[in-house]
Amino acid sequence: MKTLERPRTPAAGRSGGGAGGRPRTEKPFWTARRRDQLAGWLFIAPQLIGSVLFVLIPLGLVVWYSFHEWNVLAGTFHSVGGDNYQKLLDDPKLPGVLKSTALFSIGLVVLNLTLALALAVLLNQKLRGSVFFRTLFFSPVVVSLVAWTIVWGFLLQKNGGINAGLDLFGVEGPNWLRSEGTSMASVIVVQVFKNVGLNMVLFLAALQGVPKELYEAATMDGAGRRRQFWRITMPMISPTVLLTSIITVVGSLQVFAQIAVLTQGGPNSSTTVLVYYLYQQAFKFHHFGYGATLSVLLFVIVLVLTVIQWQMRKKWVFHES
Amino acid sequence: MRKQTRISLTALAAASVLALTACGGGSGTASDGPVNLRMTVWSGSPEHMKLLNGIADEYRKAHPDVKSIKFDVLPLENYTTTLTTQIAGGKSPDLAWIFENSAADFVSSGALAEVNLKDEKDVLPSAKKIWEQDGKLYAYPFSTSPFGVFVNTDMLKEAGQPTPAELIAQGKWNWDKVSELGAAVHDKTGKTGMVIRDFDYKMWDNLAQYWGGWGAEAWSEDGKTCGFDKPEMVAAMTSLHKAVFEDESMLAPGTSADFFAGESAMTVTQMSRASLLGDKFKWDFVPLPEGPKGEYDVIGQAGIARLAKSAHPEEADGFLEFLTNKDNSAKLGAYFPQARSSQLDAATLAKSNPKLSEKQLSDVVIDGIQKGKVKPVHSGQAEINDAVRGALDPLWKKDADVAKVLQGVCTAINPLLEQ
Repeated sequence: MKTLERPRTPAAGRSGGGAGGRPRTEKPFWTARRRDQLAGWLFIAPQLIGSVLFVLIPLGLVVWYSFHEWNVLAGTFHSVGGDNYQKLLDDPKLPGVLKSTALFSIGLVVLNLTLALALAVLLNQKLRGSVFFRTLFFSPVVVSLVAWTIVWGFLLQKNGGINAGLDLFGVEGPNWLRSEGTSMASVIVVQVFKNVGLNMVLFLAALQGVPKELYEAATMDGAGRRRQFWRITMPMISPTVLLTSIITVVGSLQVFAQIAVLTQGGPNSSTTVLVYYLYQQAFKFHHFGYGATLSVLLFVIVLVLTVIQWQMRKKWVFHES
Repeated sequence: MRKQTRISLTALAAASVLALTACGGGSGTASDGPVNLRMTVWSGSPEHMKLLNGIADEYRKAHPDVKSIKFDVLPLENYTTTLTTQIAGGKSPDLAWIFENSAADFVSSGALAEVNLKDEKDVLPSAKKIWEQDGKLYAYPFSTSPFGVFVNTDMLKEAGQPTPAELIAQGKWNWDKVSELGAAVHDKTGKTGMVIRDFDYKMWDNLAQYWGGWGAEAWSEDGKTCGFDKPEMVAAMTSLHKAVFEDESMLAPGTSADFFAGESAMTVTQMSRASLLGDKFKWDFVPLPEGPKGEYDVIGQAGIARLAKSAHPEEADGFLEFLTNKDNSAKLGAYFPQARSSQLDAATLAKSNPKLSEKQLSDVVIDGIQKGKVKPVHSGQAEINDAVRGALDPLWKKDADVAKVLQGVCTAINPLLEQ
């Protein structure tokens, strides 16, 4: 928008200012200021219309639905006041669902960010084949999520590829997706491998933006590689750490396809996360009102976590550009 | 400036609402011109499609007002969910295939229009039962398909085992023997012995094809009392658990084996799956093995209904009547057994079933339709299915306490059965 700004002069946007006692002429509608405004609106219109149509209106509708009961089959829709919110408080399954959601999010965020940073640091070195490995680790990001998950579903079967590999070393692998002890871990790892490349690229870009002089000065002052990492690298890439952590946390709370394809929330509801649970309530059990209420809960959780992360940046983000 | 901004935003909001309204209208509304009918089905197999499209083409020739009839294939795993989502989104199909496990919900909700059959007396009353309410019929019992066992006789021979036909002749075709055969196949070929198709340790209602032999039931006739903790069910599930974990004769949890791809020796499924058979191996189709309670039959049902929200009710009713008339139902019987007294003889069925012999049709299909029990049906079944599935999960471990797990299933579903 900066390029559209024009220097303001006393006469800008006015006509017939009365200089020299000339008669006042009618002010034209398309003044420079209005033209600027129109240009601005036109520039942001595609995004704005998209946001209103596909974000704000659906968001408003979800809140509205949460105060109603909608039986899709019967075609009935009526207000139930706060009943769905009361049901939310009384739902005996919800604590387990929230626990699974937290477990998935924490596992995914910690593993994803740690692995992405480690890969980025490793591949930031001038080593042979680093371009190949960058491509290799990034390639799952562009693969279809469902196709990726289906293939992993086969690999993780009791008689699948992973256990066949373990068998070569004389290890009997578990029933990854059917055992409560390993199903959540399996889903997390499948998702980490799918998206770690994206965070890795973001970290790589941040690492390459750290001025070399800082490392040279630190080396001259006698700082070792570990000290340089914690004292220079981490503070300098902290804005990217903030960005990736927000993206990953929000993404982890919205996981659906992986659960739907790999475990359908089982075994014994151990992988039923909030999004999958609200899908079940709305689309499988036809409780659309309660499903909408669970969506509102998810929205609030994501909002609160994002605000907390945003506020915490003051403490650990070294600089903001 | 503020006023101008407000006006701009109002205009933008109005434009958005108009655009949204435009998005929502359109294809679902009735029109005076030629109509396009849409029917959702679960199978997209070329044979099934050829049969349905052939009947549709014939209908369109006589009814030029119907421009097209599209058979929309929805995946079996999410069939009902996808259908209800379409209805919720205002994109209801005109006609739909409905499975027995959602029959109670669809019929009681008013989502289906009443069906008037011209030759109603020809259709067996037992087949209409789950599609009726207050004496009115809400779906034509399109497929009344008994479960049987497809057998790869080549694989049994390779494992040095007798064929089911031989065992039937000796009166030894029972689940214990099946477990013996399956274990031998697993030992000698490394392949799977028996697969209860579509169960996959998730769609548990397919286990009715197993526990029926013990006289067990998921719930009582009136749907109010849980049957999982009853002695018959405990005995049946103990036997199943042994077959899976001790004998290793049945598909293990977390594994997959497709009979039609030659990966297992036997599979419990319906006649309609015969379309998947190729020339890879010699096969047979036999009745379900006997259980401790003797012979039994289980039926999977599906109905075809006209949706109350169809945009073209008259045309849809017209096509439904044509699709299910006597002549066409005889053609449909090739894959979807028709519960019509006029068709319940092996010679008639054999005319449209080139893949199955008269004996196979007589033993499995005709006997099954007449004597079979329909798979579990209950209102709110999606929620019950999910609760049972979750509560049964602890059973699929080697050291499971079967009786305790089954008690847990009842604890989980009792509140839902009472609703």
